[in-house]
Amino acid sequence: MSDGRIFIEPVPTAETEAFWAGTAEGRFLVRRCRSCGKAHWYPRTICPFCSSDETEWVEGTGEGTIYSFSIMRRAKPNYVMAYVTLTEGPTMMTNIVDCDPESLRIGDAVRVTYVKTAEGRALPMFTPKSEASA
Amino acid sequence: MPSRPALAYIVGAYEHPTRDAADRSLAQIQAEVALGALADAGLSKDDVDGFFCGPDAPGTGPLSIADYLNLNKLRHVDTTNTSGSSYVIHVAHAAQAIAAGKCDVALITLAGRPRAEGRGKGGLVRRDDPNQPDFQWEQPFGIQILNVYGMTAMRHMHLYGTTSEQLAWIKVAASQHAQHNPHAFSRDVVTVEDVLASPVVCDPLRRLDCCVVTDGGGALIVTREEIARSLKRPLVKVIGTGERPQHQQGGYFEITQSGAAWSGRTAFEQAGLVPADIKYVSLYDSFTITVLMQLEDLGFCAKGEGGRFVADGNLISGVGKLPFNTDGGGLSNNHPGNRGGMTKVIEAVRQVRGEAHPAVQVKNCDLALANGIGGQLGVRHASATLILERG
Repeated sequence: MSDGRIFIEPVPTAETEAFWAGTAEGRFLVRRCRSCGKAHWYPRTICPFCSSDETEWVEGTGEGTIYSFSIMRRAKPNYVMAYVTLTEGPTMMTNIVDCDPESLRIGDAVRVTYVKTAEGRALPMFTPKSEASA
Repeated sequence: MPSRPALAYIVGAYEHPTRDAADRSLAQIQAEVALGALADAGLSKDDVDGFFCGPDAPGTGPLSIADYLNLNKLRHVDTTNTSGSSYVIHVAHAAQAIAAGKCDVALITLAGRPRAEGRGKGGLVRRDDPNQPDFQWEQPFGIQILNVYGMTAMRHMHLYGTTSEQLAWIKVAASQHAQHNPHAFSRDVVTVEDVLASPVVCDPLRRLDCCVVTDGGGALIVTREEIARSLKRPLVKVIGTGERPQHQQGGYFEITQSGAAWSGRTAFEQAGLVPADIKYVSLYDSFTITVLMQLEDLGFCAKGEGGRFVADGNLISGVGKLPFNTDGGGLSNNHPGNRGGMTKVIEAVRQVRGEAHPAVQVKNCDLALANGIGGQLGVRHASATLILERG
């Protein structure tokens, strides 16, 4: 799916360098608040729920379900834009890759996989669990 | 029905007739729409003491266009930017500024030339600023306007059983209206079958579910009652306003719920009205799904019932119960600068004045609603609602 695609490079900030260092090592980090206990997306230092700055990186399961998706047919090559709801709770924007786009359904179980950009960053994308294990 | 208090009056409205402005500069279009709205009101540029514009006005905020037009009486400016809904919010903010004594005659402008500038294909999201905190979580994944609206429509279908046929009725209604508009970008009348036969661009949206891309613009003049009554135009009162930014809420959101649920409720409460009182609606129609969600969230039908509500021509003037976008809307007529809020207000003003095309004029149109959705439904957007009444 990702063959031939040119990605806009993510530009990490002081808040997010650890996340992108993690994906480069195949680790999927989620930001959680030590004060209120809730995970959020996208990751940030200040908790969007209780406004505490006591947030930390935790190892995510890298698993979730498809919240919604859309096959970008006008793009060459096509790609599948998606929102995935993580088992930790929040929903994140991503792509579904290594799949038959026509067979995807909202609610399908997916797990994280990493797709490299031209500059070597690893983008966290998702693939159907059923196909990954097949 | 007793008359409701006016927050302010819209006394001038002008839509630029061009849809392809290769022969005009952006500043020139800004000036032409400003002068068009002032002429419509019977006022001149030297009456303007409040200027409201969006980032489509080139230069630093309002400064360059104020300079180009040589506006010398300004004592209030507002460059609120919520993308396409900005101009709906500007009307509300102008009413507030007038009530606060900060200005008497407010000019609101919009101009754009995406076709002339080669941005005519739509769907492109500017790459934005990496300092924008969402940049690294969205841009690398190929976010475009098309695919976030596609995801919104996909989830609406999943939750409520909405169909492509139902969405197609929205374009059909817009095209029925546009055939009477000599300035419309497309005057082609289309059928549900035509919409379904157009290619899927981003599931489940087809080409004819998408708005047109046009150059042009529009302008409005908002003023206080004494000045409005001194002019020769039919009175159009602003009686309710609401605005609501909606975003991802830390990752716990429902993309099939738009900010119109809040902006609409605020406007209806201020006006003392309910949706059933409204005779005509202008709804932001970047895509067919945008219209359907506003109908639900503004309360014209229950959540999830939008598909059934729009079917069988219910939005067609003279046919259905709730005529919408009688100029042809963004789907067929005009979406200048990819910012459709301005033209929504202009057609609502025409309807309340009784100056819409006779083929689409709603009988006894004493109450109208205009709603804008700016930004991107499904990611971050701001809804803005106006309720207008014949004076």
